[in-house]
Amino acid sequence: MERILHHKFIALLAMLLMTFLLFSGCQSGHRFVTKTAFKGTHEIVITFAAPVDENWAKDISNYRVYEKPDPDIQLKISSVGLSADRRTLTLHFAEALNQDQPHMVTMSNIMSEGKSVGTAFVKVKKLYLGVLFSVLIGAMLINNFVFTKYLGLCVFFGTSQKKSTAVGMGVTFTIVMVVSAMMSWALYQFVLKPYHLDYLQIIVFIGLVSLSVQAVDTILRKINPLLFKAFGVYLVLVIANCIILAVPLILAENEYNAWESLMLALGAGLGFLVALFLMSSARERLELANVPPTYRGLPIAFVVAGLFALAFLGFSGMSIF
Amino acid sequence: METTKTPLQLVVNGLLNENPIFRLALSMCPAVGISTTVMNGLMLGVAVLFVQVCSSCTIALIKNYIHPRIRIPTYTLTIATWVTVIDLVLSAYAPVAYKAMGIFIKLIVAFAIITMRLEVFACKNTVGKSFWDGIGMGLGFMFGMVTLGFIRELLGMGTLLGHDVLGFRPLLFFALPLAGFFCVGFMMAVFNYVELVFNRMKKKAG
Repeated sequence: MERILHHKFIALLAMLLMTFLLFSGCQSGHRFVTKTAFKGTHEIVITFAAPVDENWAKDISNYRVYEKPDPDIQLKISSVGLSADRRTLTLHFAEALNQDQPHMVTMSNIMSEGKSVGTAFVKVKKLYLGVLFSVLIGAMLINNFVFTKYLGLCVFFGTSQKKSTAVGMGVTFTIVMVVSAMMSWALYQFVLKPYHLDYLQIIVFIGLVSLSVQAVDTILRKINPLLFKAFGVYLVLVIANCIILAVPLILAENEYNAWESLMLALGAGLGFLVALFLMSSARERLELANVPPTYRGLPIAFVVAGLFALAFLGFSGMSIF
Repeated sequence: METTKTPLQLVVNGLLNENPIFRLALSMCPAVGISTTVMNGLMLGVAVLFVQVCSSCTIALIKNYIHPRIRIPTYTLTIATWVTVIDLVLSAYAPVAYKAMGIFIKLIVAFAIITMRLEVFACKNTVGKSFWDGIGMGLGFMFGMVTLGFIRELLGMGTLLGHDVLGFRPLLFFALPLAGFFCVGFMMAVFNYVELVFNRMKKKAG
């Protein structure tokens, strides 16, 4: 009983920490500016703590806006709108904003009630939870690793004959995926990149994957022998799956941060689970079907996978938030 | 157990009897993912041939010094080293092709065929035999990739190696990446059919 309570306490602490980290990312950088947000495709909305002067607000030369990676390219503001209570400012831009990048807004000498309250330099970005959610769904469905990136096929065809095997493999894979992706992300960001050892990434990542498989094996054997009995056999197969190596490589290439990496790894694992489950359901039916002898076994499985891939093509181009 | 096959037999074995793609059904990801043109298939085939030959020779050379319990990690690290070599070389000398193949060059590490050949063949045979086995397997993989690329490029785009051959596009569907699933499935069925007919003939004769 005491042990269960202990676990719950740790889980609660982790969740608190997570929410704190998530929401701390949304604050603006100036005491007078309470909120910044994108609105529609062309607008940025800024909310102030107190009413600002209309003369100051309507002067376009007071604002400088650029995308964070390119400070040299200033975005052109076409008009400025102020709400009736003079607290909410809407900047309208000539061209659509690339909302995947955070934007920096400089407002010089903000005038409130005839007095200057200083220059504000604030960041505007999409709601962070939204970004994370879209990374998760993106890796799981829209860019499903099996059906749209064609990775991990050997293990996919090997373990999709029965539903129980498929679920076992999918769950084991998701766990190892998350563990190894987070480890390789940390190693890449804090060791390989600062010391310019990028060219070692293949060797380091494959080593880490084998290491984490071994670690999960040992820990599971000690902590939960029952679970180990059910899922232990799949652990060896995890190394033979190219997705487990592809995810760290993608993380390194795209410079994702810790939360995005976690979501991508989770999405990749869950996507593999979904693909395996769908495929095994279809293949259980195939057992009863009258398949021509030359197509029996793998060939028909490939054709079925092709049909699933066609269906998954329907997700392409979809964007959330 | 050491093999008694001659170099020629080893190469033919890799090309036909134990073709990595159509017979052993290993390394399916690149066969589905990037066999859209003959050129792509050829480039990846060369890369895999290089890695297979080099790591087979390396393992055959040091096989007496590897403790059996750590043999799999040793294989993986050997392959990873050679993949890093080919990765850096290709990105320097053939940047366009390297971009077209994307992440697959780095993923050669995870191709089951290479590890499997090290485990089954290279750790039991001499350097010379392993070299020819590596050549056979690499050529077999290249043969599979080029065949798939040939079918898909001809049917999908009506071209071969970028040259217009047919003048029209018979089945645009085959140019889509996902048509690889159907293509590999059909090719496997063809190989199965050939085997079926062959066996039937043998039965009649004998």
